[in-house]
Amino acid sequence: MLLITCPHCGPRAELEFSYGGEAHIARPIDPTGLDDEAWATFLYKRSNPKGVHAERWRHLHGCGRFFNVLRDTISDTIVTTYPAGQPRPALPSDGKENAR
Amino acid sequence: MQNYSAFSLFKQALGGHAGWQKQWRSPEPKAEYDVIIVGAGGHGLATAHYLAKEHGITNVAVVEKGWLGGGNTGRNTTIIRSNYLFDESAALYEHALKLWEGLSQDLNYNVMYSPRGVLMLAHNIHDVQSFKRHVHANRLNGIDNEWLSAEECKEFCPPLNIGAMRYPILGGALQRRGGTARHDAVAWGYARAADARGVDIIENCEVTGIRRGVNGAVEGVETSRGFIRAKKVGVSAAGHTSVIMDMAGVRLPLESYPLQALVSEPVKPAFPCVVMSNTIHAYISQSDKGEMVIGAGTDAYTSYSQRGALHIASHTLDAICELVPMFRRLRMLRNWGGIVDVTPDRSPIIAKTPVPGLYVNCGWGTGGFKATPGSGNVFAWTIARDEPHKINAPFTIERFRDGILIDEAAAAAVAH
Repeated sequence: MLLITCPHCGPRAELEFSYGGEAHIARPIDPTGLDDEAWATFLYKRSNPKGVHAERWRHLHGCGRFFNVLRDTISDTIVTTYPAGQPRPALPSDGKENAR
Repeated sequence: MQNYSAFSLFKQALGGHAGWQKQWRSPEPKAEYDVIIVGAGGHGLATAHYLAKEHGITNVAVVEKGWLGGGNTGRNTTIIRSNYLFDESAALYEHALKLWEGLSQDLNYNVMYSPRGVLMLAHNIHDVQSFKRHVHANRLNGIDNEWLSAEECKEFCPPLNIGAMRYPILGGALQRRGGTARHDAVAWGYARAADARGVDIIENCEVTGIRRGVNGAVEGVETSRGFIRAKKVGVSAAGHTSVIMDMAGVRLPLESYPLQALVSEPVKPAFPCVVMSNTIHAYISQSDKGEMVIGAGTDAYTSYSQRGALHIASHTLDAICELVPMFRRLRMLRNWGGIVDVTPDRSPIIAKTPVPGLYVNCGWGTGGFKATPGSGNVFAWTIARDEPHKINAPFTIERFRDGILIDEAAAAAVAH
């Protein structure tokens, strides 16, 4: 089980949270302007990286707020967490190596 | 290839069993092949077997970063069934089930296919309605599936508790031709049969890149043992499909999740069939060694870690203890995880890709083992003829663009 640091409430057990999929996928501002390929990419295609993944979590049984997590999908190590709406933080140059 | 039979066993016994040959070679990679399959799991090896047997393409390499059958083929709970709702899925899984029925003879290798019956339990009104719909749809497709009342479930599988519990058993759908097989033997049998027809199975050979020519077509794969040339590459890499396809610049609608399984200490024969309960997440059967083989759920988040969280396994054991109270004192011996690649509609992709010469067989999610023979069979057709077999024609990548999903996720209402 993961220990996830909610940016608002601090470190809590994974059971308090729900997973919200890959982060930073913005809904297109003009959906009707998209062709089918672009719409399918928005709906279905995810980066699914073997490495650091930016993902949304919701502190369902806590403050109820969405926030973002950078997690290494090889080791499940959480690199950092940050409030929703903020851009993905740059990783320290050695961050990835430490995470593994 | 040495033929396996009662007579050969007797003959070898007289020689002190010193005359058995290795089941497959460990060849050095050649400079060029007609076809390279990435991934020596059940699906990849089956593909190589059918390429050689049915399409006469024997200059084939199966490259594998670890050891043969060491991924999800060796990690699953070996359940075989074909009672899927939609016509497309039913055709695909039934194709596989028909091949299972003759597989030991085809491969001259005992894959221990055991059609002991797969009983899927219903715990609420929604389950009852949904399973009855499955039963009717299956029978229209010529696939056996029948509805049992709770008492009939108990009669078919006496250890079940049909009394009061949090989610009582209201009935079940039984596919009598469903059952289990020995997962390792499936990989070994396909490997031996493919090797006998000249296929090179190259273990400890990790693909590190896919080389494409100026016209975009595939030229071969870069591996940890050097470049291997081939005009056709079939990717059958399960949870790592995204990683491999990324090397060719193709993004697929896949996410990889850890799926867990457990086995108990071995006990005498106590559990006669496979019982699945999608609603409370319990999947259980007894192996021929006597262990209870238990499938748990996936973690909520994507991962390549090959281990899942304890609360997922413990949730499944809660359900098992309610369903089969006599297992409450059974001790679990081992648990492990495998990485499964899941599509948005929970149906696989067996198709050509936008890259000429690159084919992909992926997205089997939590239930790929049952499809192994059928999947390899139609994937081999797709590679050999550069067009899909009519059975896998609906399972394209483009279905997500065109909105023609095969939505078994909605049909089952849970991961399956």
